[in-house]
Amino acid sequence: MSELKTQELTINMGPQHPSTHGVLRIELLTDGEVCMRAIPHIGYLHRCFEKHAENVDYMGVMPFVDRMDYVASMNNDIAYAMAVEKLLGVEVPKRAEFIRVVMAELNRIASHLLAIGTYGLDVGTFTPFMWAFRDREFILDIFEMASGARLLYNYLWIGGVWMDVTPGIEEKIKEFGDYFGPRIDELDTILSYNQIFINRTKNVGIIPLETAINYGLTGPNLRGSGKKWDLRKNEPYSIYPELEFDVPIGTGEMGAVGDCWDRYMVRVREMRESLKLVKQALKQMPAGPFRAKMQRVRPAPGEAYFKTENPRGELGFYIVSDGSIKPYRVKGKSPCFTSISCLDEICQGAMIADVVAIIGSLDIVLGEVDR
Amino acid sequence: MDSKTIAEKLKEKFPDAIETFKEPASGAHGDPWIEVSPEKIHTILKFLRENENLSFDNLLCISGVDYSDRLEIVYHLHSYHHLHKIVIKTLLKDKQNPQIETVCDLWKGANWLEREVYDLFGISFKNHPDLRRILLPDDWEGYPLRKDYKHQDYWHGIKIGM
Repeated sequence: MSELKTQELTINMGPQHPSTHGVLRIELLTDGEVCMRAIPHIGYLHRCFEKHAENVDYMGVMPFVDRMDYVASMNNDIAYAMAVEKLLGVEVPKRAEFIRVVMAELNRIASHLLAIGTYGLDVGTFTPFMWAFRDREFILDIFEMASGARLLYNYLWIGGVWMDVTPGIEEKIKEFGDYFGPRIDELDTILSYNQIFINRTKNVGIIPLETAINYGLTGPNLRGSGKKWDLRKNEPYSIYPELEFDVPIGTGEMGAVGDCWDRYMVRVREMRESLKLVKQALKQMPAGPFRAKMQRVRPAPGEAYFKTENPRGELGFYIVSDGSIKPYRVKGKSPCFTSISCLDEICQGAMIADVVAIIGSLDIVLGEVDR
Repeated sequence: MDSKTIAEKLKEKFPDAIETFKEPASGAHGDPWIEVSPEKIHTILKFLRENENLSFDNLLCISGVDYSDRLEIVYHLHSYHHLHKIVIKTLLKDKQNPQIETVCDLWKGANWLEREVYDLFGISFKNHPDLRRILLPDDWEGYPLRKDYKHQDYWHGIKIGM
């Protein structure tokens, strides 16, 4: 048998592949069932966000920001709004901060539900996907009440939010809080501690902490590798210091630290924390104005970089102002962009079937990778 | 360590390579930055990464900015170890053929970030292992985030623009 020659084969995966979570093409160099290289080719969803942003005024950038990571629009908006507010030096009213945090944490749950549901689908189980989308629907209904839109909200404005919370929405969120806790337990039973799922994801796609930091991974991908780092805790912004929550990290419970199961589980546990945050923020929400009184947004010349904790990692905005009503330069530093850049390294030597599990566990949204 | 102390430390170590340390003017908000000369960028970033008191192990972002007379590259660095951050800038006067040393060997994450700057600004990174366009097609003409960019009329028979 040893005289048999093997030949490396290049396979093109995507851009229209269901488990690439969007339009991503991966050039797989395979030797039998083993993946030697996995070279990602991105850009299929490039919509010139940064060029557009230079041609509209500061508030006009907001809808474009919504469309970056289109399943976590509220979180994107926080990052952009706070970057501009940092340039302006505007203080946001307390009530607006609370509304923002409630919306952002709800959106984090919605985003993680999508990540978890589709991850289950990637590795071959269908039911959790339906359950996750059923619960996500609840959150989308809440957002529809608040902003009128179900996916791209444009709800957060620079200096506050677009409108005060709609009457009835607080009851709806409370109802969701009571409803959703037990649903996470169900999800744990059917997916997280399902032996087939564990066997499929443990010891697969291990990212050592050093590699994760070297590549600049952030968010659940970094925490999955065992680093207790969350901007909401470590570089607190908005009202997060006033709220109580934990930062779950990967501990190698099922296999090695930093494997796919760890990254997956960090997301599940984060949903519980987010639920806690939503309940607290809702309870403590003060009365008052929901938007700062301000003139047209026109920051003094200068530049600022601001990053926040998005569901997929640290989303940063680097904004340069030349003193006019349009930003001179807006750079969005996307967490998914850095996540996918390490794919080649962690896929080397993995089985082809595991490549899909690894991509899913990185939880990328191509809208944000390509911008 | 705050930006000012880091700037002084750098000035001590590289007296010729540090151009300016700039804090936002009074009334303006934002981040302070250190401007360094482009020839020394790799040496300085290597020092920032490897010095024990600084150890900037986390490269947050590399951005390009196009001004009328220069191209700027901005490095946002952060240290998980010491929890401080710094903004390093460098100016490239030659807009026709801008070149700068790569930092891929210091942070692996720099690979794609530099490719993006190359793609959108046309700044070429010397010694980069894989300098190709990343967001745009390989045969695209021009660098879109330059302020004087004019897009081509057709790409493979497809009309560009409205």
